[in-house]
Amino acid sequence: MPASVGWVWLIVVLPFAGFVANGLLAFLRPNSKNLVSGIGVGVLVASLLVSIYVISGVTSEEHGISHVVYYWSWMPVGDLQIDLGFLVDRLSAVMMLVVTGVGALIHVFSVGYMKSDPGYARYFSYLNLFVFFMLVLVLGSSFPVMFVGWEGVGLCSYLLIGFWYSEKVNADAGKKAFIMNRIGDFGFLVAMFMIFDAVGSLELREVFLSAPLTFEIGGATVTAITLLLFLGCVGKSAQIPLYTWLPDAMAGPTPVSALIHAATMVTAGVYLVARSNVLFAMAPLSSLVVAMVGAVTALFAATIAMKQWDIKKVLAYSTISQLGYMFMGVGAGAYAAGIFHLVTHAFFKALLFLGAGSVIHVLHHAYHQTHSGDDAQDMRNMGGLRRYMPWTTALMWIATLAIAGIPPLSGFFSKDEILAQTFSRGHDIPLMYLVWALGAVAALLTAFYMTRMMIYTFHGANRTGEHERGHLREAPWIMTGPLVLLGVGSVLGGVLNLPDMLPLSGWLHHWLEPTTISAKRYLIDTHLSAGTQWGLLAAATGIAIVGMVVAFRVLKPTNLTTPAQAPEAKGIQRLLANKYYIDQLYDTLVVRPLVWMSDKLLWRNVDDRAIDGLAVNGWANISRFVGWVGTKFQSGQVSTYVVIFVIGAIFLLRSIGQ
Amino acid sequence: MLLGPALSLSAVLFSIGVAGVLLRRNVIVIFMCIELMLNAANLAFVALAQQLGPEGQVIVFFVMAVAAAEAAVGLAIIIALYRHKETVNLQEIKLLSG
Repeated sequence: MPASVGWVWLIVVLPFAGFVANGLLAFLRPNSKNLVSGIGVGVLVASLLVSIYVISGVTSEEHGISHVVYYWSWMPVGDLQIDLGFLVDRLSAVMMLVVTGVGALIHVFSVGYMKSDPGYARYFSYLNLFVFFMLVLVLGSSFPVMFVGWEGVGLCSYLLIGFWYSEKVNADAGKKAFIMNRIGDFGFLVAMFMIFDAVGSLELREVFLSAPLTFEIGGATVTAITLLLFLGCVGKSAQIPLYTWLPDAMAGPTPVSALIHAATMVTAGVYLVARSNVLFAMAPLSSLVVAMVGAVTALFAATIAMKQWDIKKVLAYSTISQLGYMFMGVGAGAYAAGIFHLVTHAFFKALLFLGAGSVIHVLHHAYHQTHSGDDAQDMRNMGGLRRYMPWTTALMWIATLAIAGIPPLSGFFSKDEILAQTFSRGHDIPLMYLVWALGAVAALLTAFYMTRMMIYTFHGANRTGEHERGHLREAPWIMTGPLVLLGVGSVLGGVLNLPDMLPLSGWLHHWLEPTTISAKRYLIDTHLSAGTQWGLLAAATGIAIVGMVVAFRVLKPTNLTTPAQAPEAKGIQRLLANKYYIDQLYDTLVVRPLVWMSDKLLWRNVDDRAIDGLAVNGWANISRFVGWVGTKFQSGQVSTYVVIFVIGAIFLLRSIGQ
Repeated sequence: MLLGPALSLSAVLFSIGVAGVLLRRNVIVIFMCIELMLNAANLAFVALAQQLGPEGQVIVFFVMAVAAAEAAVGLAIIIALYRHKETVNLQEIKLLSG
């Protein structure tokens, strides 16, 4: 093992130390903001540097062997031996860099964004804690250790969604996220039990090594395990049907949305599938389910994003849609392509969210100055911001072009890679053509809704208000600085994994090969001819351009009015604006019957009547009745006692006499 | 020698004692009836000691000693009771009724 890998513990411990320090400061000296930002950002940068050092040990080796560093025995129970250990290989290296790299930039941005928030220290301690758990998740050497991180990021997500907990909406959004994730976690847990039952170990490396010997290809066990694992992914990565928590999660501060609900935590599901690639490759049915769910989610969320007015809601549905793409990729067996899109998405979506954060920050500031109660997140209150925020506008455009898939930006290559891989799978599994088609339509819609967001936010006339206009200005450098770096990533990220026809092609693909090689033998090797590939590239570019042109042609920002005067949406528009009424549907089908059952049946009948009434009070009543009978013998009249005593004595004497 | 009449007297005295305890209401009378029963038993012991040896007489002394102690305690209780309730009628003293 290279010496550098031995330092992996430091990557994880640093953010935890930051959490402890900032947590203490939140109690002891909540106003020492410079110290808090120093610690909060410092530990992340240090963690990033240590990550780079550790990863240098993995790259320098020819075959990219995975290293496991064990620290202590965590759960030694008979056959179940779980050690706390970290797995360092190329897949976790990619994730580490994304988490600490993008995380560090978002921490820097937060310094500006949260500047005047009274909960500054608490915010940074939560953010550090999140990074700690996220690193445990990606580094965990066994499923249970991974699960600790998995639950921990969920906890931090809950804490940060409800960060401004004094408003009930925010607290409710946090609870919703937590509870919906529980459904997925149930699947993850049961999958772990089944893996232990079948393999007898929960160490990642052992499970994947013995999987080919234990399971039969397409067998019921491995299919059930992978489907249950995917249920966990569906919850964590906000896929149909458990996606509704993510749009609500936008109640948290915007940098949180960028870090947790776009770049890192929600991609944990993709990481889990990519990590368990052998299992998924052995279960073709599960892989198909993954790809189908991803494709349907990608399209479904993209349609909703077309009609949202809240700038963060647009990005939230966009995130759900892009996560769908990643699942299409990993479901099609293109694990490297899924991870590639995860990386590029982390860049451009973090950039979009932070840009939106700058806009909200500035608008909020302007409304605050004029004591207006208007919504700082509604795009109908924006417009023409490019004149006031040139840097943010330019950077947001870069990210928009990237996510829409305009070459040569990063999103074009990663999205095209996924679409090409699903298309190539179609030869063996015809349903994959459907997946590809859904993905292609979703790409068209992506280009449309992102352009719509840009037009409404930054172009046309300004709708902010007469008095507020004077307060609009570019966000401070501490906020635009990280945006510039993310913009560079969004532009150049595609170089990581260029298509086959170009020089230096598939670098990330080859680099990740050691971690996905064992899945290879279960997947039929597919190869597209250069002609088809060029065709797909041209089609993808065409789709993106068409989407953007249509948006420019159809949308007329001059017709927009402020939210108060907006006409009521009709027909399909209304359906989209109300998100297909899915929240209402869940409310009617799940929440209300549950509340009704808990209230009327479980509380008033089972608890009040059966348990309290019959069981608890029932026994008390029986005791009291028996006691009441007993008291009737205790008249307090001595003469009565004497009579009984004498009668007893006579009986006693009689029996002695005989 | 006179065993039969002595035991008969003892039985009669004891029965009077029992009847007194059962029928009378006055605590002091009941107390005296208890003494009567004790002494009825003493008489039986002494009478039987003529034939069976001196142990019966020894027990009689024990009973007398215990009866003396009992009288002291019992009378003290009755005085305390009277101070508290201002009556010695047993029917009115039923603090422990359920």
